Amino acid sequence: MIVLRGRGIVGGCAEGEALVTHEAISGWGGIDPMTGAVIETRHELHGQSFKDKVLVFPGAKGSSGWSNAFHMTRLTKSAPLAMIFNQMTTKIALGAVVTRVPAVTELDQDPLGVIETGDWVKVDGDRGVVEVTKR
Amino acid sequence: MILADDEKALLDGAGGVAKQKAMELLVRYAEALGAERFVNTNNVAGVPGSSTMFLQKYFEEHSGDGSFEAVFSLYDLDAGEVMSVPNAAGNCCHLQGGMDLEHWADLGKSHEAMQHQRADEAELARHGVRIMKTCTPYLAGNLPLKGEHCAWMESSAVVYCNSVIGARTNAEGRESTSAAMLTGKIPDWGFHRDEYRHATHLIEVETPVETVMDWGMLGYFVGDVVEEDQPVLTGAIRQADPLRHKHFGAAAASSGGVEMYHIVGVTPEAASLEMALGGRKPVVTIKYGAEERRRVYETLNATGRDPNVDYVMLGCPHASIDQFRDVARLLDGRKIKTHLWMFTSRAVKTVADMSGFTRKIEDAGGLVMTDTCSAIARAVPKGTQVVALDSAKQVHYLPAMVGVQAWFGTTEDCINAALTGRWTGELR
Repeated sequence: MIVLRGRGIVGGCAEGEALVTHEAISGWGGIDPMTGAVIETRHELHGQSFKDKVLVFPGAKGSSGWSNAFHMTRLTKSAPLAMIFNQMTTKIALGAVVTRVPAVTELDQDPLGVIETGDWVKVDGDRGVVEVTKR
Repeated sequence: MILADDEKALLDGAGGVAKQKAMELLVRYAEALGAERFVNTNNVAGVPGSSTMFLQKYFEEHSGDGSFEAVFSLYDLDAGEVMSVPNAAGNCCHLQGGMDLEHWADLGKSHEAMQHQRADEAELARHGVRIMKTCTPYLAGNLPLKGEHCAWMESSAVVYCNSVIGARTNAEGRESTSAAMLTGKIPDWGFHRDEYRHATHLIEVETPVETVMDWGMLGYFVGDVVEEDQPVLTGAIRQADPLRHKHFGAAAASSGGVEMYHIVGVTPEAASLEMALGGRKPVVTIKYGAEERRRVYETLNATGRDPNVDYVMLGCPHASIDQFRDVARLLDGRKIKTHLWMFTSRAVKTVADMSGFTRKIEDAGGLVMTDTCSAIARAVPKGTQVVALDSAKQVHYLPAMVGVQAWFGTTEDCINAALTGRWTGELR
């Protein structure tokens, strides 16, 4: 098991399968809030849903409707289980806060280098700790 | 966080429960950012309390209340209870919405949804919010001062506010702007702070960039390469005007997350390259030449295959009065063969109406609409398969959102497509 330590920005604990992308995610216009699927045509996750997955990604991009789009996934029960990301922006900070899922950033190792899609990941947003069990 | 006395008082409930909940949300948000304090803002641009039919029905079903106050409390402020919503604390305007209130049927909206939007709008007005209904508040009467702390959402407006005006805002979201509307507070983080406004990436422009289309393509390129960072551009960038900045910034905020850019000798915080970089060295230097330009053009036209165009959409971001003049002139009394919808703010449409531009566009067979656009409304004319666009931002979003092919070119290419039904645009 690999342990990463960083800063929790939304508390709580969750665990599940990782969905990893090396490309930033657009909220409004980039995801379908009804299903949690990435819809941006050129995105490497195009067509895949983060619903019930631990989403590991560089950060947020695009429209300022980011928080609204992710907030909506909370209502439609399509939200990710947790978020692990690298680059802090207002979009992702507000988005994580209103999605109300455990979220961790500023990790001591690059999560995009350590975690692969399908790995089992435990996120502790209270302590800022991520535990990775390779698949 | 270090809280000022008035902020502590709001958190303690001195301003009532809605302001208390707004402050609590702002503290959660500021702590997530790692901000240490708040700044005061008297210029908020958001979408307070706007409820789609989905939100209204969701809260009716789950909380027994789908009213404006319920949506504002439970969704905007993410509070656990429905509260009485006080008036906006300072200047607050409402950005774009979901439909034109006159042409809602063309947009495929129901009478019920239109009435719902009218009721929402009346509530907003009652709460002291200005009904601007545009993604371009800076063209419709909300022009902040250089250095002014703002809390804006709408990525194309945010990048314009920071880069062109020199005012200060982050890309806020619906929930943070609604909380700022009640409290006049926003986290002191990011573009509110001097050190964050400096450029990180240097873009050397080696091929002439003069037309609106070229400014849009350059913006799209820049967003793609710098992502969320701050570019400074030097070189052959000419004919700067509000329209070109509008298209550049909107594109850079779509392909990437650019919230501020500098152009040396053009934008207010870039009198020199050194000033834009804040005395530091750029992280990376990137060239934009003829080859890069061609690749951007091909990317923006990646979904276009069928030259038979059904629909031409103009006004992303919302059209300026100059764009109305140009489109009216290009149509020149002729009739179009495709659908043509042009989107703008209510303020600009009023001037376009009085200047005779709207009449000329409608006489040619087009429709002028306010408040929204095809991407926001997720609406194209019935049966549309192929769209022509003069906006890199719209071409980034629309094909994925409504499942159409899209061509990208100049406004003239688009009007030619409207007049002939065929796309003949190319990179010149």
